[in-house]
Amino acid sequence: MVDAIHGDFEQKIANDITIEPRDTMPDDYRKTLIRQISQHAHSEIVGMLPEGNWVTRAPSLRRKAVLLAKIQDEGGHGLYLYSAAETLGVTRDELLDQLHSGKAKYSSIFNYPSLTWADMGAIGWLVDGAAIMNQVPLCRASYGPYARAMVRICKEESFHQRQGFEIMHVLAKGTEVQKKMAQDALNRWWWPALMMFGPHDSDSTNTEQSMKWRIKRISNDDLRRKFVDVTVEQTKVLGLTVPDKDLMWNAETGHYDFGAINWAEFWNVVKGNGPCNKQRLEARKAAWQKGEWVREAAMAHAEKRKARKEALVAA
Amino acid sequence: MKNKLFYILEWADNTLILGQRLSEWCGHGPVLEQDIALTNIALDHLGCARNLYTYAAEIFNGMDAVDRSECFASVAFQRNVKEGHQADEDDLAFLRDAWDFRNVLLVEQPNTDWAYTVARAFLFDAFNYYYLTAMCNSVDERLAGIASKSLKEATYHLRWSSEWVIRLGDGTEESKTRIVEAIANLWPFTGELFTATEVDTFVEGLGVDFAALKPLWEQKVAEIFDEATLEVPTGVWMQSGGKTGTHSENLGFVLAEMQFMQRAYPNMEW
Ligand SMILES: [Fe+2]
Ligand SMILES: [Fe+2]
Repeated sequence: MVDAIHGDFEQKIANDITIEPRDTMPDDYRKTLIRQISQHAHSEIVGMLPEGNWVTRAPSLRRKAVLLAKIQDEGGHGLYLYSAAETLGVTRDELLDQLHSGKAKYSSIFNYPSLTWADMGAIGWLVDGAAIMNQVPLCRASYGPYARAMVRICKEESFHQRQGFEIMHVLAKGTEVQKKMAQDALNRWWWPALMMFGPHDSDSTNTEQSMKWRIKRISNDDLRRKFVDVTVEQTKVLGLTVPDKDLMWNAETGHYDFGAINWAEFWNVVKGNGPCNKQRLEARKAAWQKGEWVREAAMAHAEKRKARKEALVAA
Repeated sequence: MKNKLFYILEWADNTLILGQRLSEWCGHGPVLEQDIALTNIALDHLGCARNLYTYAAEIFNGMDAVDRSECFASVAFQRNVKEGHQADEDDLAFLRDAWDFRNVLLVEQPNTDWAYTVARAFLFDAFNYYYLTAMCNSVDERLAGIASKSLKEATYHLRWSSEWVIRLGDGTEESKTRIVEAIANLWPFTGELFTATEVDTFVEGLGVDFAALKPLWEQKVAEIFDEATLEVPTGVWMQSGGKTGTHSENLGFVLAEMQFMQRAYPNMEW
């Protein structure tokens, strides 16, 4: 019996039939998905912070409006993803508890500070750009609710990437100081963006199983290489310099060769030693704690309402 | 023309400053859905402000040189005028100093907590709803058009803030204490909503009769407070000055933050 169920799951995976919430699935598959989807959801809402940092200081009303709309999208992505995770039998509150306690991770990129307006450009262009590379293959992930959430998210991500590139473009073609601002942002965000694709395939513990389950379809290194190829060309359009002296076109492979990633930095940021790990987590926790009485009031009022309605019906 | 310009700025500055205040919440809301809702409302206000500033800039650019030099005191703005630049929405938002802002004191008050944010929103939204309804009949078609577009949004804003006043008033003991305090502290800023400035009286037909909005507003507030089991404050001394440029200490800081980029890196495209 157990084997028959298990066999059914394997067959669906093999035939590229999506797994739905009511389908039986191996425990590890469920756990892997909860971990990955919630980590992704947390990244969306923690990711609101470095950009939220510049909303009140945006240099023009149009930029302010676009940035606000962009950050609002990220909040929406968080909602879709928490909902997708909930179909696996876990609540949003439980997942948030894991975020606040430090047990759950989120994308390390958001532990870097946003120091100038150009960072809004670099984040949209590089961070959302890298996110798109990571996420497009997830639209075909084997778990239905996750894949469908990713389809909606990817549609919006391309707008995010474009608005970021546009900010960079205006700066790079602007005055001397604006160009300097753009280059400075590229210098600081380039390597962290490459790290967004995760450890090398040879060091990635989760990749193999996730590939087998068709949650993941393209490996970390392949995605990273694709990102570099595309982004280096965009950097040329901007007239900016990629901060990598080893970057070179390789005619044989048809790809760019690039320098070694600082994995010590990567693992340290993952472990909590990045420049903003503490601030990001504190900000999330503070919002949640300060909101507690608000959520309680909303719940209490809803209950009072319900009780009154029932009393009315009974009378 | 100056009166018309200033009248539009009264309206535009209200929406810009309230939008700016609400946008401070972005990423820090009590629950994700409300974070998104607040950002939405901030975006509506910002969008309305942009339409109005664009119109105001056109009016400003059409004025004669003497009038233009007398409108705004800020050095940065004056320099642009002297050099013959055409003003745009961003100049009006980022290059005027506090004494040339004409928003009511209410909208520049700090977020403080969710109760203050909700109370400020509600007291303003109830005014804004009737204000926009009246502005739809402005003899100025452009303003009437902006009003009717904004009215749709303001109707939603008022529903949102009314619901929250009710939830907090008729929620827990703590939420009641907090919303009562917030309303008590914001109430002195509501009188100004209904007093007409010299500018307001000069633009008859184009603007609205502010005093006539008051009973409508009072009725709405009474209705929502009743459902929220809250008392309407009485006998409160009213503060005023925002509409004529005498602000609370808050506005200077709001502007210092909002205008930072344009001040530190002047005359650039973004
Ligand atoms: Fe996103
Ligand atoms: Fe995004």
